[in-house]
Amino acid sequence: MRGEVIRRVRGGIAALVLVGLVVAPWVVDDYTTAILARTLALALVGVSVALLTGVAGMPTLGQTAPYAAGAYACAVVGSRVSDVGVVQLAVAAAAGALLAALTVPLVVHARGVIVLMITLAVGELVVVVLGRWRSVTGGTDGLAGIPAVRPFWGLPPLASDQARYLYALVVVATLVGAVLVLLRTRAGLVLRAGRDDETRLRASGHRVALHLSGAHIAAGAIAGAAGSLLVVAQQYVSPADFGFDTSALLLLGVVIGGTASVGGALVGAALVIAVRDWLFGVLPGHAPLVLGALFVATVYLLPTGMNRARGRLRQPEVPSLQPTVSEQPAVAELRR
Amino acid sequence: MTVVAAGTERIDPYLIPALDGVAYGLLVFVAASGLVFCFGVANILNLAHGLLYAIGGYTAAALFDGGWVSLALALGVGVLAAASAGVLLAGLLTPVATGNHLSQALLTFGVALAGGSLLVAAFGPDDPQVQVPAALEGSVLVGGHRYAAYRLVFIVVAAVLAAALYLVVRRTRAGMLVRAAVDDPEMVACLGVSPARIRAGVLAAAGALAGAAGVLGAPIIGPGTGTADTVLLLSLVVVVLGGLGSMAGTLLAALAIGEIQTLGVALLPSAAPFLLFAAMAAVLAVRARGLAGRWRAA
Amino acid sequence: MTGLLDARKISVRYGSLAALDAVDLCIHDGQRHALIGPNGAGKTTLLNVLAGSTKPQRGSVRFDGRDIGRLSPAARARRGINRIHQRPAVFPTLTATENVVVAALPRIVPHRRWWLGGRRSAAQHLAGPLLEQMGLTAVAAVPAGHLAHGQRRQLEIAMALAGRPRLLLLDEPAAGLSAIEVGRLVELLQALPRAVAVLLVEHRLDLVYALSDTVTVLRDGQTLAAGAPDEIRTSPLVRQAYADGVT
Repeated sequence: MRGEVIRRVRGGIAALVLVGLVVAPWVVDDYTTAILARTLALALVGVSVALLTGVAGMPTLGQTAPYAAGAYACAVVGSRVSDVGVVQLAVAAAAGALLAALTVPLVVHARGVIVLMITLAVGELVVVVLGRWRSVTGGTDGLAGIPAVRPFWGLPPLASDQARYLYALVVVATLVGAVLVLLRTRAGLVLRAGRDDETRLRASGHRVALHLSGAHIAAGAIAGAAGSLLVVAQQYVSPADFGFDTSALLLLGVVIGGTASVGGALVGAALVIAVRDWLFGVLPGHAPLVLGALFVATVYLLPTGMNRARGRLRQPEVPSLQPTVSEQPAVAELRR
Repeated sequence: MTVVAAGTERIDPYLIPALDGVAYGLLVFVAASGLVFCFGVANILNLAHGLLYAIGGYTAAALFDGGWVSLALALGVGVLAAASAGVLLAGLLTPVATGNHLSQALLTFGVALAGGSLLVAAFGPDDPQVQVPAALEGSVLVGGHRYAAYRLVFIVVAAVLAAALYLVVRRTRAGMLVRAAVDDPEMVACLGVSPARIRAGVLAAAGALAGAAGVLGAPIIGPGTGTADTVLLLSLVVVVLGGLGSMAGTLLAALAIGEIQTLGVALLPSAAPFLLFAAMAAVLAVRARGLAGRWRAA
Repeated sequence: MTGLLDARKISVRYGSLAALDAVDLCIHDGQRHALIGPNGAGKTTLLNVLAGSTKPQRGSVRFDGRDIGRLSPAARARRGINRIHQRPAVFPTLTATENVVVAALPRIVPHRRWWLGGRRSAAQHLAGPLLEQMGLTAVAAVPAGHLAHGQRRQLEIAMALAGRPRLLLLDEPAAGLSAIEVGRLVELLQALPRAVAVLLVEHRLDLVYALSDTVTVLRDGQTLAAGAPDEIRTSPLVRQAYADGVT
């Protein structure tokens, strides 16, 4: 059965990728290690995308916004205030959470595809702002020359690509673990229930908007933290890192990894980013063409999980439960 | 955007940006109406919409040499090319379940990536400049101020296009079908028209509109590597702000965006990057409050 | 006379059509109240008004003495009014146990109990007995989307009970059930805790007479009659109403 095959393949690839990520610094050269550190940062953003898209049922193309906020905040703090890793991490996460909190009113009442559109627009606009706000962000030139990071007070600065990579790996592992723990709490259960059937959740007395806002802010914090990892890996940040292309690639990665799976999102996002980097290295002119074909192929071959996410299980023996009631109000909103 | 300098006439520093805003807004309106169509009628989120505009723009760059004949040629070819791209998109979207927006988003994005790469391969990575028609290169006196002739003519042409669109939607059978579909897509399916045909028709129309906008508006928003993204973003903002309920809403949203990008920037240059974002936030906040305000917080 | 739920002069109009016209309804603690009437009488509309999903143009709804007219369905659920829909609504990707836990959370589990994983957790503690009562222990770990129609109906009732409601609004709970399942449903409803009041909207008069101790008859948006089941059964007015309308 196709579903079974896909599950096995996913599991196998996930295991390979995870092992690869752990042994990488000892196996590949410095340059690749540095690239992988950046890939890890993006994969963590992918985790935040999965949290919103798969768990909360709010598909998003705008997680690059808190990612960027976190990265720039970290760059500014790293250059002027403190070179301690945990401090930068905390500031970056706070910046991402703050941006998410500011944009929560824009998305929390929207559903389904409207969220996709709004988050896309917000993400793009934030990047435009970053590109033009020269005084703080250095405009399109970005910020460079950020000093090396000391993971903790009393520890030496991260001097090699391997050290920076391992730092990123530890942070990612910790945060992903935290997310997995959080999903086992009542909040995680309520989010999943809301994704299945929001009206039913309301009928039980839950405050849906509150939970969705919380999920947004948490996802913003995670993406912000990922931004600090980017700065540690590159010691440089510019608006080019946060284009809409990146959002789409992350969404693709999340879908490949299994939309509702947080671990799968990590692996999927890492894979997609790695493939993109490899393609640009190998076929500089035609990489987007191949990537575009990859998008189309993924849509044809894999279930995107969206139908499942909207409460319509494709099980032959079960009659269809709820019509796309959840989608209709979203579109109906716009029709007013 | 270049502003033709006035000689000794009175200079109102805000009239010209305001007029620029109308031109820009009307351009955005024609370009965005394709996306509104796609989404409102066929329930398709088309992230390759910017690409359709870019196809029009690049056609203008390739075929237009300043004369009227070449303009007509560029328009014809551009519209045809973009409409065909739309039909191709419709075909690619056939296996995707209706209403599966995530799949649509990913697939159309992939096409946009691939298509963009092909355009750059054909035309090179630089942004080709498209001139204004030779006959319209000068400036015209409008109420005591000098204004670029091309912009004025463009405003008239775009307004005519908008009016024609309105008439088609309001007065023809096809338009009635479109309005019915926007109200209730499932009902239209019951009327016996094949969904594949509807999809192809809608995407072709969207392509035609975007392509026409791309050709005619090339001197304002010209072809280039960032064009598709810019046009997609602006169109999305129009959809979100203007809603799907009426053409008037779309027009108003488009004009507002046009004015923000021109007059707004002239009035508050330091806040320029934030203006569009702030406007969107304000409108969405008001909308959301209106929707949620009826019941005590749940 | 005031009771647990007191709806007075409820009027709902859609344009020129009066779906409800100055309808009164009073439900007492622990009462088993049935709402019947021909098609189009306004039964579901009245239920919607009580549940909070439809706002009446006129009239007031008081629960436990307090005006709840402005409260959303979620807020009313938190006060103890739970509704069961016509089509069984459960969370398809959550297991049966998780479904019950989600339903119980707003009213029961104190905020300290944020951790729900693990074996002998709050989840099993809460959900176990209820699932057993409904005969669903065997499928406790099965995603609700995989359950048969009748099982989903049972799960829904378990979920409604998990919230420890004061008033249950049942909207044609027997719809789509086989004869055996209906029998099961009747047993379940008869075994509901005495503290829970029930408002039952039902077409099947046999169920109404088996389950209720008070009956209100609606017709064309107005109250036709109200009283004990026996009175209603023998009332010529009611017979006429059903003969005229389509049952």
